[in-house]
Order: sequence, then C-alpha cells, then structure tokens
Amino acid sequence: MQSLTNRKKVVGKKEMTWVEKLYLPAIFGGMRITLKHMFSKKTTISYPEQTREFSQIYRGMHVLKRDEKGAERCTACGLCAVACPAEAITMVAAERKKGEENLYREEKYAATYEINMLRCIFCGDCEDACPKESIFLTDRIVPSDFERNEFVYGKDKLVETLENPIDVSIRQTPEVLEFKKNKKLTHNR
Amino acid sequence: MTQFLFYFLSFVAVAAGLMVITAKNPVHSVLYLIIAFFAIAGHYILLNAQFLAIVHIIVYAGAIMVLFLSVIMLLNLNKDNEPAKSNILKLAAAVAGGLLLVTFTGTLKGTESIIASQPFDDQIGYVKALGKVLFNDFLLPFEVSALLLLSAIIGAVVLVKHDLK
Amino acid sequence: MFTPDLIFKVVLILSIFVITLVIAMYSTYGERKIAAFMQDRLGPNRAGIFGILQPLADGVKMFMKEELIPDISNKVLFILGPCLAMTTALMTSAIIPWGSNINIAGTDFSLQVTDLNIGVLYVFAVTSIGVYGIMIGGWASNNKYSLLGALRASSQMISYEIAMGLAIIALIMSTGTLSLKEISAAQAGFHWNIFVQPLGFLIFIICSFAETNRAPFDLPECETELVGGYHTEYSSMKLGFYLFAEYINMFIASAVISTLYFGGYNFPFMNSIGLSSNAVAILGVIFLFAKIFFFIFFFMWVRWTIPRFRYDQLMRLGWTVLIPLAIFNILLTGAIIFATNN
Repeated sequence: MQSLTNRKKVVGKKEMTWVEKLYLPAIFGGMRITLKHMFSKKTTISYPEQTREFSQIYRGMHVLKRDEKGAERCTACGLCAVACPAEAITMVAAERKKGEENLYREEKYAATYEINMLRCIFCGDCEDACPKESIFLTDRIVPSDFERNEFVYGKDKLVETLENPIDVSIRQTPEVLEFKKNKKLTHNR
Repeated sequence: MTQFLFYFLSFVAVAAGLMVITAKNPVHSVLYLIIAFFAIAGHYILLNAQFLAIVHIIVYAGAIMVLFLSVIMLLNLNKDNEPAKSNILKLAAAVAGGLLLVTFTGTLKGTESIIASQPFDDQIGYVKALGKVLFNDFLLPFEVSALLLLSAIIGAVVLVKHDLK
Repeated sequence: MFTPDLIFKVVLILSIFVITLVIAMYSTYGERKIAAFMQDRLGPNRAGIFGILQPLADGVKMFMKEELIPDISNKVLFILGPCLAMTTALMTSAIIPWGSNINIAGTDFSLQVTDLNIGVLYVFAVTSIGVYGIMIGGWASNNKYSLLGALRASSQMISYEIAMGLAIIALIMSTGTLSLKEISAAQAGFHWNIFVQPLGFLIFIICSFAETNRAPFDLPECETELVGGYHTEYSSMKLGFYLFAEYINMFIASAVISTLYFGGYNFPFMNSIGLSSNAVAILGVIFLFAKIFFFIFFFMWVRWTIPRFRYDQLMRLGWTVLIPLAIFNILLTGAIIFATNN
C-alpha cells in the first residue's frame, strides 16, 4: 500500500553486534539519561501554594448569585435543570412569605437546590439557560471527598455568602456575552 | 563456659534431629534439620575449626537445604498424600540406622588414643593450616574433586545452552 | 569484667545498629526522592522541610496499620519469616571494618566489631541463609503468589551465589587473605581492588543486585506478576520488617562492595597529607560512608533505569554468562599471579 506520509519505518529483527550483545553500552546510555533527568526542571506544581494558570473561560464549581441587596436571584424556574444534559440539577420551589423580601428577590424561590457534582459535566448550559443571571460557573475546583453523597451540593455550598461574594466576571468575556445573546442556539432559547 | 556451650549445642542438635524424624510436616522437618546444622556448625567453632563451620553453613544450610526446601514447597507434600509405609520397611530402616550407629561408635572408640598422642594446635582449623594440608598432602584428591564439581557446573551451563538451539 | 575494650565494643555495636537503622530509614526516603527526581517530579516534600520527616510518617503508618495473620497460614513460621529476614540482614555488619584503629587515651581500639579470619566467607554464609526469611514467609502465607515468590527467591539466590562465590575466589586469590580487615588494609591509599579485579567487580555487583532482590532482579516481589510476591499476605510492621530488611541489605551490600573493591576506609593520599592517625581514621570512616552512600545511590539509580528481567532471562544470565565469565576471571587471575611470581 502506498504510504501517505514519509514517516514509515521498516522494523527488522537484525542480528546484534558483539558490542550490542554485551548490553553494557545500552545500560550506561540509559543510566546517563536518568541521571540527566535528575537535574532537569521538575514539572510538578505544588498545588495549594502554586496553581496552574487557568483559562479565562474555565468552567468550575457553580455559584448561586445574590443581587445587590443580598437577596437570592434564583426563582426556581427549572430552566437550568431542563438544559442540563447530565440531569445533575434538582430543585424544589416554594412561595416567598411576607417579610422575606430581603432574602429572595422573586416571589418564587428554590427551597432546595441540589447539583450532583459527580453527574455534572461542567458544560455551562445551566448558566446560559438562566434567565435571572443567578447560576454561574466559576474558576473554583470541586474539592475531593471520601463519601459519594458528599458530592451532592445543596444550597449551603452553592449560594454565595454575603461576606464573601464570588466574582463571576472573569468568565464573562465579550465573546461569551455575545454567545449568550445568540438565541438561535437551542439551549439559549 | 565452653562446656556449657558444648552441652547446649549438643542438646539442640539432638533435639532438632529427633524433631526432623518426628515432625509431621516435611517443611518443618527441613527447618529442624537447618537448626541441627547450625548447632553442628557451633560445635565446629568450639573446636576452633572456623573454616569448616562457615563452609558447613554455606554448603548445607545455605545451598542444599534451600534446594530441599524449594523442592518440597514445589511438590506440596503433606500428611494427606504421604504414602503409608509397610512395617517391614520401617523395621529395615531401624536396623540400617542401628547398624550405622554401631559402626560409628566402633570407629570412634578407637580414636581416643590417637587424639591423646597428637599435640594440641589451636591454629589447626584455620584456613592457612587447612590450605597447607590440602595442597600438600591431599593435592590429587582435592584437585579431582574440584574438577568433578566444576564439570557439574559446566554440565548445567551446557544443558541450558542446549535449550537455545 | 568491664574492660575499656568491652565497653568500646558495646558502644560500637550499638552505634552500628542505630546507624544501620537510620540509614535504612532514610534510604526509603532517598529511594522515593531519587525516583521522583529521575521522573521529573519533586517526591515527598510535605512532612517537614523537603519531606525530611517522611520516614517517621511512614513508620507511624506502618505501626498503625491493621495486623493481619491469615487464618490458614502457619502462624509461627508466618511471624518467624520477617524476623529472620531482619536478623540476617543485620548480621553482616559485625565484620565490616568501619575504619582503621582509633587511639583513645593511649589504647588502640579497632572500629570493627570482630575480625574473623574467614571474613569474606562469613559474608557469603550470611547472604546464603538470608533467603530463609523470604522462603519461610512465602511458604507460611499459604498463598500461591507468595509461594511463587519464595520459589523464585530461592532459585535466584542459589544461582547467583555461584557466580558471586567465584568472583570472590578471584578476589581472594589476588589479595591472599579472607579477613576483611587485612583486605581493607592492603588497599591503603589508592591501591583499590577495582583496578586489580575490574571483571570480578562487575560480576560481584550484578550478583549483589540479585542477592538483595533489587531491580532489575526483583522477581520474588515482582508486583506486575505476583501481586506482592513473598510479602503479599503481610501487613503492618511485619511488612515493614521485610521492606526494612531489603534496605538494610542494600546498605550492607554497599558496605561490602566498598570494602572489597573500593578500598574500604582508605582514601587517596591518606598517609602523605600529614594528619594524626586519629584524624585519618575519622576521615576514613567519612570516606567509607561516602562510598557506601554512592553505592546506595547506584542501587537506586539502576532500579529506576533498567526494566525488570523475565525469569528465564535472569536464569540464563546467571548460568550462561556470569558463571563462565567468573571462571574465566579466575583463570585470568591465576595466570597473572603465576606470570608475576615467576
């Protein structure tokens, strides 16, 4: 058959010469290589102190945002759960009572909101689908754990705290914002 | 001190020897035999024959018994598949062993006067003294046995080489 | 009863024991660090600065692990196995000359626990009975993998002992003594045996790799084929003993190689730089340990470079290459001695 590239190499089992049969030159060659690697630059990144540079549009752990007054933006419309290809999101909606206006922005809110981080594929469709600009993917990494059920993140882990608001603007590059406006794409409708 | 060591080592050697015969598990027998060999090596050291002692350990405990042990482990011998021996066989073994004992005692009984007539030499068990005896008085038998062992090694190598073709 | 000599010997024995254990501990750390460096990684660096407390963490882990003795194993022998491995590993250190004589208050003390006139043979005997720890442990586990590991260990040890013995015979022929002290003393300055016996050294070092069960000859514990080899069933500190014994063996093998072929405690120009004999002795100990550390590094360097042999390749190398080579080396040595004497 005609080779498409010129990179083909014919491998043959040719008789070894006497020096090759000694194997010692080959062994010393190998040891020279390993010794050279002892002094080469290490590729390890000592994680908690040192982090790898993230892509600007990295999609990590989710956050449920609050508005300027500190009320939760989520209205439990369920569009994120519908958009989710991995079916990782579940929620239970509830009606806002009187006196809770400072807690929830809309009249309907999510009483429970759970994302199964083992199912989640971090595609970002929930963020694109959200009409209330509530759910965002951030540059945080989902930490490891010993128990499977610990990976079902509830509102306690997802909703940002008032003292420690999560910055989601890093991902919102002009290209991403432009993409979100494009309503021709099915999941943005 | 020396006397105490002598009796201790003798006790260990005899006890281990008895356990070799009475132990039900062949692997245990081999391990008791190794203990017996070590006790005997201790006796050699008491006699100031360090070379003999160490060679005894290298050859018997270090090589032959390892071979025994690995063969027994390979065969997986145990109580269940050990063939039952007939009483005649047991009797024959006992008679043969008894005869050996009689021969040994008979031979060793006559040596007392020879030992007494020899002057004591504390260097006799050392490598230098042994080498002098081996290479002067017993040169031919020594070389012949060395050749025999060498040919055995070469035979093993040839057997492996033959496999290649 | 308590003569100065006896007290010195007790101190020497205890310090050798402690040094051996500490070196074995830090060899585990060194092994992991060197492996990491050779693979462009950093290695353990969390316990203490540069991970220097890693051996302690490992030790605590070993002690805390659950102690398992298989139900159908032979319990006495199961416990005896690692003990034997550890004992035989420690035994050789008794006859290695760690330095020349040291003079304290007008009395000479030898930095060697005991000088046997059959020293080299003692080393050989201890290595040959070292296999029992592995064999007994492997058999007593009552596990097929362990048994296979034990069988591999025994046949490998016996095969490589022959070549090792023949290499030692050539060395003894050229030195004319079996005592390690005299062998060391004869290499004063830079008259090291490596220049007299290069081929013998090559055979000896290959065999010592096989005798210590180190890669590329670590077939008894070959994890790709035998799970864990002879220590498959072992856990907790009994496993720790086996692993520790391997590192002690490596340390002792390095010490023996340094003593037999690399001048032991001798170093170049030791008598011409004009130091007192005590200073030379202490410098000698430092030089001996430098050589030992180099060889421990060499053991690890080879482990992380060369892949493991196949079992038939191992046997073929031992029987058809090393033994004929060792016999040839003896003939060569004999011929040279004969030619120089006439």
